[in-house]
Amino acid sequence: MRYLPNVVTLRLDEAACVGCGRCPEVCPHTVFVVEDRKAEIADRDACMECGACVRNCPVGAISVAAGAGCVAALLSGTLGLKSECCCSEERPCE
Amino acid sequence: MSAPCCSSKPPEPSCCPAASPEVRVLTPDWSCADWWGMISARMGSCRMSYGMEPGLYAMGEPTADSPVLVTANYKLTVDVLRRELGGRDLWILVLDTANVNVWCAAGKGTFGTAELVQRIAATQLAEKVAHRRLILPQLGAPGVAAHEVRKQGGFEVVYGPVRAADLPAFLDDGEQATPAMRRVEFPLGDRLVLAPMELRHSLRPILLVALALMFLPVIWHGLPDGLGDYGLRGVLATFVGWIGGCVLGPALLPWLPGRAFRVKGAWLGVALALLLALAGVARGAVPVLGCVLWFGAGVSFLLMNFTGCTTFTSLSGAKVEVKAVPAQIAGVVIGLLLWSADWWM
Repeated sequence: MRYLPNVVTLRLDEAACVGCGRCPEVCPHTVFVVEDRKAEIADRDACMECGACVRNCPVGAISVAAGAGCVAALLSGTLGLKSECCCSEERPCE
Repeated sequence: MSAPCCSSKPPEPSCCPAASPEVRVLTPDWSCADWWGMISARMGSCRMSYGMEPGLYAMGEPTADSPVLVTANYKLTVDVLRRELGGRDLWILVLDTANVNVWCAAGKGTFGTAELVQRIAATQLAEKVAHRRLILPQLGAPGVAAHEVRKQGGFEVVYGPVRAADLPAFLDDGEQATPAMRRVEFPLGDRLVLAPMELRHSLRPILLVALALMFLPVIWHGLPDGLGDYGLRGVLATFVGWIGGCVLGPALLPWLPGRAFRVKGAWLGVALALLLALAGVARGAVPVLGCVLWFGAGVSFLLMNFTGCTTFTSLSGAKVEVKAVPAQIAGVVIGLLLWSADWWM
């Protein structure tokens, strides 16, 4: 399954990349490939903006506005409510 | 007077076992309480307090050379992990993630570098194992910077497979993950297991609509006519839409047309409305039109709220989807008015 095309904020500074191979290791959607000690974005639209690559890039060559792709959390935030989304704070127990 | 442990006297080597942090034991077997706990957590009761004590655990009889696996203190996560690792000798380091699973906790940063480094120190892990390798779940990566753990905690991070079920193969293959182990999928079972939570989250507004559709015609027409001719059909339709948005939508997700969940949901809603018309639940041109409208908008909204449960939606995409909310509200309101036209007009 694939989500909306041409929306994700993922960017890679190929000049800064040292080719360590961490980004393809942590990416859950095979967005990166490493060839000749350089990473490149092979499938940007598959990116879900989880931020795993950014966090694990030792030279800060990757950037993304990371967050949960969760409409319920966005809505709750707008309405000033506590989110009921899986990736957000919840009431501890009902 | 016998000197208390660790008094001013230089301690004997065997003196202070209590000063060494406790190592607890994990077994692979599930008790009745574990099964019941899993069911309760999936149904959403006390899900956020279903945790266990963080710290170092032993499975089997681990030695100084046994691998160390890191996980979150959501009990269901640890239960799945220990079930998959039966018959092996290894260490399991449970981080304090406030009872949240690895991926969600990593997104929030509670399954993170600081907690991992602190937990390595608190459990004195470096004295229990001779090697300096930690196996982390790949989905912990959004919270943990491997190069920082090496710098601050002295341990090398190896990212293991996404799914606990792949761990035996990963461990047996020299801690190498295949590309398939690295990819997150979202198969039917994974989508359906979330349905109870979806139903629960939308229960209140759905009950409100159902009650309104049941009692307003009764107030208008009196009890037998209002309820029998109009009220019960309204309740039935509401529950069909609810099941559609929370169960059918997630189940049919790969086959519904469009990429956006609001589009997928709208198509599903329209299809369900037409089925209700065929079944005679929606009757007459105007109510059928109304049904198509409030189902299209309502199921679109319900399915859009499923984005946060999926494994592939992005924040940027969710920001695009959420713009449909005013249109969805308008669709539901106008659709409900038209749907009810046969009793109030």
